[in-house]
Amino acid sequence: MSIYLNKDSKVIVQGITGGEGTKHTALMLKAGTNIVGGVNARKAGSTVSHKDKAGADVELPVFESVAEAMEKTGADVSVAFVPPKFAKDAAVEAIEAGIGLLVVITEGIPVQDSAEFFNLSLTKTGADGKPVTRIIGPNCPGIITPGQALAGITPSNITEAGPIGLVSKSGTLTYQMMYELRDIGFSTSIGIGGDPVIGTTHIDALEAFENDPETKAIVMIGEIGGDAEERAAEYIKAHVTKPVVGYVAGFTAPEGKTMGHAGAIVSGGSGTAEGKKEALEAAGVKVGKTPSETADLLREIFKG
Amino acid sequence: MDLYEYQARDLFEAHGVPVLAGIVAQTPEEAKAAAEKIGGTVVVKAQVKVGGRGKAGGVKLAKSADEAQQHAADILGMDIKGHTVHRVMIAQGADIADEYYFSILLDRANRNYLAMCSKEGGVEIEQLAEERPEALARVGIDPNTGIDAAKAKEIAEQAGFPEEQHEQLANAFVQLWTVFSKEDATLVEVNPLVKTGDGQIIALDGKVTIDENAGFRQPQHAELVDEQTEDPLEAKAKENDLNYVKLDGQVGIIGNGAGLVMSTLDVVAYAGEAHGGVKPANFLDIGGGASAEVMANGLDVILGDDQVKSVFVNVFGGITSCDAVANGIVKALEILGDSATKPLVVRLDGNNVEEGRRILEAANHPLVTTADTMDAGADKAAELAHSAQTEK
Repeated sequence: MSIYLNKDSKVIVQGITGGEGTKHTALMLKAGTNIVGGVNARKAGSTVSHKDKAGADVELPVFESVAEAMEKTGADVSVAFVPPKFAKDAAVEAIEAGIGLLVVITEGIPVQDSAEFFNLSLTKTGADGKPVTRIIGPNCPGIITPGQALAGITPSNITEAGPIGLVSKSGTLTYQMMYELRDIGFSTSIGIGGDPVIGTTHIDALEAFENDPETKAIVMIGEIGGDAEERAAEYIKAHVTKPVVGYVAGFTAPEGKTMGHAGAIVSGGSGTAEGKKEALEAAGVKVGKTPSETADLLREIFKG
Repeated sequence: MDLYEYQARDLFEAHGVPVLAGIVAQTPEEAKAAAEKIGGTVVVKAQVKVGGRGKAGGVKLAKSADEAQQHAADILGMDIKGHTVHRVMIAQGADIADEYYFSILLDRANRNYLAMCSKEGGVEIEQLAEERPEALARVGIDPNTGIDAAKAKEIAEQAGFPEEQHEQLANAFVQLWTVFSKEDATLVEVNPLVKTGDGQIIALDGKVTIDENAGFRQPQHAELVDEQTEDPLEAKAKENDLNYVKLDGQVGIIGNGAGLVMSTLDVVAYAGEAHGGVKPANFLDIGGGASAEVMANGLDVILGDDQVKSVFVNVFGGITSCDAVANGIVKALEILGDSATKPLVVRLDGNNVEEGRRILEAANHPLVTTADTMDAGADKAAELAHSAQTEK
C-alpha cells in the first residue's frame, strides 16, 4: 500500500517534449512508473522514445489534450512540467478533463494563478461530493512510492520501500531525510511544495498516511511562513494515532525576508519556526533540532 | 515585494481609486516645490515599509511650503524601527469626517482571498481584530469571480454601513479589487479609507504587496524595486539569478534547495554556539543543478562579504550526482583563482557521493576541507570562522 500513487497508476506528462519533461520522463520510467503518454498540442500525433525500467525501448504517444490522453490511455495521474507562464492553462486543462491526481512541479507560478486553478478544482466534484482532482504542488518535488512509481523529480535511488510516510514542503530537505533513513525505507514520500497556495496540505497527507496500513510512522517536515504546521499539529492531536516525528527549518530566518520559497517568510511575528515547533510538541510530536536528530527520533520508534 | 505608500497611491490612481494629490520628494527642496504645486495645507509623510511612523514623528502637517520643507528636512534621514527614511511624500491635506478600514489579501489557510472591512479605520487593525472582532467584517472572495458590485455591497453591509453609503463604498471596493487582480497583488490595504467633509470616499493611506512571480506579465513592476535600500551583494546575486539573502554572520552558506539551505543556516547557528557564537552570514540557494559556473558565481558573491570568515558548502546530490558537484567546486575555485581566500568546508551526500569525495580529495585544494555529515560540516565551518575571527 501507499498513498495517492502506486504501481497501477497510469501517468501522463504535460510538457513531455520539453527539456525538463524529457529528462524527468526518463527518470520516472527508470523508477518503474507506468507512463502511458504525454501532452503537447503542437506535437500531437507524434511519439517520444524512451527506455523502461528493464531497459527496453518504449514509444510514448503525444496527445493534443489531457482529455484525449485520458480517453485513449485511461490515465489517472498527470505530472506537469510546464513553464510558469503556461502552468495555469495546463492545470485548468487537467482539472477540466477530470484527472484524479495532478502533480504541478513548476516553480515560480504567480500565486493568483494557483489560487484560481485550485479553487476551480474545488468546484469539479464527483459523486462523493469531493473534488475529482487532487493537486500536489505547485513548486514541489512531487510524490514517490518507492519500488512502485514516481510522479515528480525525487531521486528514486535514495531508498527502497518501507514503513515510513513522509510529508514535506521542501525538496532537497526531503531527499536528505530519506537518505538518513534509507535503511528503514518509505511507503510514500510526498513533497507538497513551498508556495503560499498549494493543493495537497500537510493535513491531507497526514490523514492519508493514518489510513494507510503499510505506513507505521510519519515524518513531517515544515518550514517558516504561514500556519500550516500549526494547523497540522491540531489535526495530529485530534486524529492521528501513528507516531509522528517533526522537523522545522528556518529558526535563524529574520522577519520580512523570503527564504527561497515564495511562502517561506516570517511576517509580523507569525510563521516562526519556534512557534511551529511549540505547536507540534504540544500535539505530542517529537521535533528534531536538525535533520539527523529528527532521523534519530524516528529510528527510536522502530527500535521500540 | 512590499511597496511604499507613494507607489501604492500611484497604482490606486492608475486604476481609478479616488486618492488625493501626492508627490514624492527626496530632498527638502523637492518637498517645498511639491508643497507649492499642491497648494494649501499638506502632510509630509515618511516613506518607510514599516508601521508606526506616525508615532515615531514621521508624519507632520504643514500649513505652508516653507513649513513642508522644514518638516522634510527633519524627517529625511530619520530612523524608524531600523528603516532609514530616504523619501517623503507630500500629500494634499484632507478634510476627514470619518475613517474606515478596507483590505483584500491572500488567505493562505483557505487558499482563496479575504476582504476585510470596518467602520473603524485609522487604528491598529490587528488590535481591533483581537479586541472587538465583531467590528471587523471578513468576507471570503472566490479568486475566479472576485469582487463585483454585488459582492462589494455585501462587504459594506457586513461591516455595518448604512444603506445610503453602500453604493459609493462598493464602487471603491470594486476599484481596489481591480488593483489587487490587475497588479498581481497579495495584499491591498487602505487604512484609513476616509469620508471627507463633502461626502467623498478617498483612499488616504495604502499598503500594497505584489507577487514577484508575476514579473513576466508585469514588467513595469521592475521599476518599483528600491535600489537605494537594496543590499549591494543581494543586487549582485540577483543579476546572476542567484537566490541570496544577506544576514548578519561570519559563516557563508551555499546549498541546493530552499529547505535544505534554511536547515543549514539553523545547523550552523547551533554549531556556532560552541564556537564563539558565530552565525550564518547568508542564505544562498544555487538550485538543483549546482554547475561550476553557478557555484563560482555563488562563491564570488559570498566572498564579497567582508564579514565572512569561512564558507560551508552543503549539497545533497539528487538528480545531479555528487561527482558533478565536486567537479563544479574544483572548477569554481579555478575560476576564482586568487580571489578565493577563505576556507571552504564541503559536505556532499546522496547520489554518487564516494566519487564526489574522491574528486575533492584528489584536487587537494588548500582551502577545502571535506565533511561526512551536515552536522560535522557545520561544526568545522563554525570552528574555522571563529579561529579566523580570534586571530585578527
